[in-house]
Amino acid sequence: MNNGNPTLPETGGTGDVLPNMIGRRKFLSYVGLAASAVTVVACSKDKNDVPEGAINLGSGDIGILNYAYALEQLEAAFYTQVIASPYSGMSATEQALLTDIRDHEIAHRNFFKTVLSGNAIPGLEVNFSAINFGTRDSVLATAKAFEDLGVAAYNGAGQLITSADNLVLAGKIVSVEARHAALIRDLISNGSFADNTVVDANGLDVSKSPAEVLGVAKAYLKSVLYAGNLPTS
Amino acid sequence: MNIHNILTEIEKTDPEVYDRLDTRRNAMRSFASFGGKVALAAIPLALGSMFKKAYGQTTTGIAGVLNYALTLEYLEAEFYTMGASSGVVPAGTPAVGAINTIRDHENAHVAFLKTAISSLGGTAVSKPTFDFTAGGAFGNVFTNYDTFLAVAQTFEDTGVRAYKGRAAELISNNGVLTAALQIHSVEARHASHIRYMRKNRGANVKPWITGKDTGGIGSAVQASYDGEELTTQAGVNIAQIVSANAASESFDEPLTATQVLAIVNPFIKK
Repeated sequence: MNNGNPTLPETGGTGDVLPNMIGRRKFLSYVGLAASAVTVVACSKDKNDVPEGAINLGSGDIGILNYAYALEQLEAAFYTQVIASPYSGMSATEQALLTDIRDHEIAHRNFFKTVLSGNAIPGLEVNFSAINFGTRDSVLATAKAFEDLGVAAYNGAGQLITSADNLVLAGKIVSVEARHAALIRDLISNGSFADNTVVDANGLDVSKSPAEVLGVAKAYLKSVLYAGNLPTS
Repeated sequence: MNIHNILTEIEKTDPEVYDRLDTRRNAMRSFASFGGKVALAAIPLALGSMFKKAYGQTTTGIAGVLNYALTLEYLEAEFYTMGASSGVVPAGTPAVGAINTIRDHENAHVAFLKTAISSLGGTAVSKPTFDFTAGGAFGNVFTNYDTFLAVAQTFEDTGVRAYKGRAAELISNNGVLTAALQIHSVEARHASHIRYMRKNRGANVKPWITGKDTGGIGSAVQASYDGEELTTQAGVNIAQIVSANAASESFDEPLTATQVLAIVNPFIKK
């Protein structure tokens, strides 16, 4: 789907903690190698070129918290709609579980809004035109996509966080997202809670960079996010 | 991918890299112990180890955290391996596949952590001898399916809390931290499914942890849930946003190493 939004840029970097013995540019190139084993120079473009009308997530931990806040806004809006207009044949058990998830996502969303305070991005406009809220298949498939994406996003964001307190907070949330992901998957197909589409041969879940995550999420957003100032290491 | 190419790229950006790492040959030895499927995912860890060596930071503490994780993974891996072969899981039900999946993940975690620890220059701890009856508290763990699931739930929820409790100690090593987070969320997926299995057998439990409720298992496992009732996060009263139950469910809480070891100790033979 093309909703006319500009392509999200690759995330730029503002590495601010450097080993003393090497220069910043070298350090970033090492990190790029270690993280992906492909990229040599992680960062070379201008950081502050926010496109007209785009919402700048910001830099450092605040940028990462805004990134999480954006994803939680998306999830909260989705489940709010799911509960407001239940799909045909939603069982009482499913309704109770999905209501719980809605409340968890609202808790996450409002938590980030409060801790970010004046640094918070605005409320986002969503685009759910591709979702058929009337059918179980469409709703659960979308829920699965959002939950798996959220888990991968938090897993990938951990290394971008500099404050230990913020890292633990992200950890407290990501395991709840993983609980959601597993439940939604089981509702679709019992036993698919951690199948090999999300867990690799080493028993590791998916980890995605902000650029990868936002590249997926933008299909569900009218608002345009700019991630170019987020840390890359 | 090719390790030699990576080293060549490093040489381009830092010609003195081998003053820090001795020689290319020695650098390659960092990878010598890797084999098969583990190697690719462990490469970032090994690179991290090389850079720590080259640029002067210790990895002793990080290997220590991974040995702690390894001990918990040994516990889970042996538990599910024994459970899957004991006949306690009802044959011909979806539970067989689910328990086998979890068993395989836990054994993969053991193998992965062992490799990661040695790549960091550490020595993997050996597997303890386990007593899954916990001295008789769960005497029918491999003959009663509900007891088996109750112990499984406790292990998974405890594992999630244990990883969370030590993640901050890994903050200096991006590769290790990310791998730990990737294990952590898999444990949470397991926890969710085990709880869902129990729910489908009539237990009053949800995929997430409400307050400090054990899901009907009782006081024997209360220590694995104490502290989960927290509803204030970073000074924000979550119970003013949603109900107190939802507020506690929406954040999982860490456990310290001391708390986890006290929980696990009854399952380790003295």
